[in-house]
Amino acid sequence: MQGIRNFFKTYFLLDLFAGMWLTWKGLLRPKVTINYPEEKTPQSFRYRGLHALRRYPNGEERCIACKLCEAACPALAITIESDVANDGTRRTTRYDIDLFKCIYCGFCEEACPVDAIVETRIHEYHMEARGENIMSKDKLLAIGERYEAMIAQDKAADAPYR
Amino acid sequence: MWQWAPIRDWLSQLITGYWANPLLTAVQVLITMICIILVMAFYTLAERKVIGWIQSRRGPNRVDLLGIPGAAQPFADVFKLIFKEIIVPTDANQFLFRLAPFLALIPALALWAVIPFSPEHVFANVDAGLLYLLAMTSMGVYGIILAGWAANSKYAFLGAMRSAAQIVAYEIAMGFALVGVLMAARSLNIGEIVRSQSGGPLSWYWFWLMPLMFVYFIAGLAETNRAPFDVAEGESEIVAGFHVDYSGMAFALFFIAEYVNMITVSALTVIFFLGGWLSPFQGYLPDDNLLAQPGFFWFGLKTLLPMFTFLWVRATFPRYRYDQIMRLGWKALIPVTLVWLLAEGLMAWFKVGPWKHL
Repeated sequence: MQGIRNFFKTYFLLDLFAGMWLTWKGLLRPKVTINYPEEKTPQSFRYRGLHALRRYPNGEERCIACKLCEAACPALAITIESDVANDGTRRTTRYDIDLFKCIYCGFCEEACPVDAIVETRIHEYHMEARGENIMSKDKLLAIGERYEAMIAQDKAADAPYR
Repeated sequence: MWQWAPIRDWLSQLITGYWANPLLTAVQVLITMICIILVMAFYTLAERKVIGWIQSRRGPNRVDLLGIPGAAQPFADVFKLIFKEIIVPTDANQFLFRLAPFLALIPALALWAVIPFSPEHVFANVDAGLLYLLAMTSMGVYGIILAGWAANSKYAFLGAMRSAAQIVAYEIAMGFALVGVLMAARSLNIGEIVRSQSGGPLSWYWFWLMPLMFVYFIAGLAETNRAPFDVAEGESEIVAGFHVDYSGMAFALFFIAEYVNMITVSALTVIFFLGGWLSPFQGYLPDDNLLAQPGFFWFGLKTLLPMFTFLWVRATFPRYRYDQIMRLGWKALIPVTLVWLLAEGLMAWFKVGPWKHL
């Protein structure tokens, strides 16, 4: 009996028509794609994108070359060299992040005792030449200066949860 | 001494004399081919759009044409392919490697010689049109086999072998399905086959020959190497199958051939089972009504239906396993056609359906 039923089910292509009915309904479903550059999905203030080094409001570098971020980095993407600065404080002479090694885990940000290294929301960036993947101290500080307002706002928004 | 008069006479004789007809036909063929290629170009766009919609995506929408988003996508694709380098592998058979794309494309376009676009318009109104169709569809496989062999690559060769075995298996089912059409139409002339279906949608062959229509369409899917029968280019196992080593316009020719074949199979399904250029209002509206007139309009409109089904099927079904393809072809489709040929014989005996006036 089952065999006969299966025979008719097969030869009347019932399962195939059921599948095609399903895809027909899919044809009329509203589309979920976002038209990316024109439309964007909402972004969290915790988004971990391009890195930046921050300064205090008086212009002093936050980073004290404690190398905790270098130690925390699971991908060994951070290279730091330090020296005594002219005013007698401990400062970095070199602070490189290799964006090709970086896995954007945010551990450097977590490890930093002075909130110097942060990951901003910027995710639309590109490299045009070999070597541009190394973010030097100058480049990181420049990003920090440019987006300080956004970084401060995101940090303030995240503060109640810490 | 230069004399213009004899040359002028010769030229005018060329144009007005016995060469006029071939010349005119050549121009007509050229225009038709351009139209088919244009339809094929927008068919690729339609495929990406329809499959996108079915998957809740939008499909291509970046290149505008006349304000329609994405409408110029086929032209963007063509320009990209034109500027790409055609790479010929060192160990490939140079001659066959270059010949194969043309062997795939030429039969696909040559098929259109016997397809009646309207009651008056057919390039070659031959009495053995159906045999010509079968011969030409079989020719298309040579392009694929030679492409797979000439590339001197294991993947391409496997794809070609799969395609060959598949087409041999499904050609038989397709031929038997068409034998059923022959029994009903009692003619090999394609125009006659359409004319024998006149008398409204219920006297088209889809009703009395429905199993054969499905068999024909499924065999057509397999014949054009379309999903779910596209093991010849099964990406998951053999990269791209027979055209794995082709690039640029050489690849595009295979692409064009495949899509032109799809349009051809759609057109043939319409001609054999859906009344070709006959109007669906024939017999329901008075004969002098504009909508009841047969013509190219109905042929084109009806062809869109199987063309859409091609895309719909591709978006719905997963690819068959190779042994399943063979089982379906030999153990399901051929018996179905044979049983229905018997049923048709009985129908002819008892004078029902298309055999009413026998």
